[in-house]
Amino acid sequence: MAADAMVTVFSALADETRLDIVTRLAEGDATLSELAEHYDMSIQAVSKHLSVLEDAGVVSRRREAQRRPVRLEAEIFDLMTRWIERYRQSVEARYRRLDQLLTQLDDQTPDHNEGETT
Amino acid sequence: MTTATNREAHITIDDKTPSITIVRDFDAPASAVYRAHTDPELFVQWVGPDSLDSSRIDRWDCRSGGEWRYVSVRDRDEHWFRGCFHEIRPDELIVQTFTYEPMADSVSLGRFTFEDLPGGRCRLTATSLVDSFEARDAFVASGMELGVQEGFRKLDRLLVR
Repeated sequence: MAADAMVTVFSALADETRLDIVTRLAEGDATLSELAEHYDMSIQAVSKHLSVLEDAGVVSRRREAQRRPVRLEAEIFDLMTRWIERYRQSVEARYRRLDQLLTQLDDQTPDHNEGETT
Repeated sequence: MTTATNREAHITIDDKTPSITIVRDFDAPASAVYRAHTDPELFVQWVGPDSLDSSRIDRWDCRSGGEWRYVSVRDRDEHWFRGCFHEIRPDELIVQTFTYEPMADSVSLGRFTFEDLPGGRCRLTATSLVDSFEARDAFVASGMELGVQEGFRKLDRLLVR
């Protein structure tokens, strides 16, 4: 996903209601009226939030016989997974530096007296 | 919680609280890893993302109720961070607050536990609790400590275009 598309997704999710909608849709598809039940706002307001999510490519609405369920785009799951993995790699890089440092500490103090910190 | 070894950092994103938990095992006893977190001279040697040029400590009073402050430098830009050591228990536990000074209204609460494992190894569990899911996700999305701020700044720049 291109950086600007990511920013669009990012700003679409930077809203409590929209983030909550996404969390609900992660559990399964739902219609506008089903979603609106959970919020203390008009159906129109919820619909506006859905439009923002739809424009950002986070959700899509399909036409079925009677209902028009909203679903989370699979790519969004993928994006979050990638974000987490990238974050994990940066954490891991930091802890590898700490690994190195701990090896040096070991060399400096070959006699590790346990609990001798006070 | 799994008891498998975590030779590489393992990340858990909670969906009930806006928190991130990192579990990482080290080939050193808990006392050494605790020391690397609390001794300022050691701490600056490994803190921050790889892209940082350096970090420098300004204040470091590592006791329950003490405070800390340091600066990280990247491309000549200085980023100041500060917080309080809320609770310190040698070789076991650090509970501390963390804030990026330009956004000092936003504080994260960090909890670090150090547990000895057999064979002279130990397990670090680091949990950061922030005040909203948005901030947490932005933190993860940006992929680094400076992340929340950088993410929002980038977003700001793109929004004014």
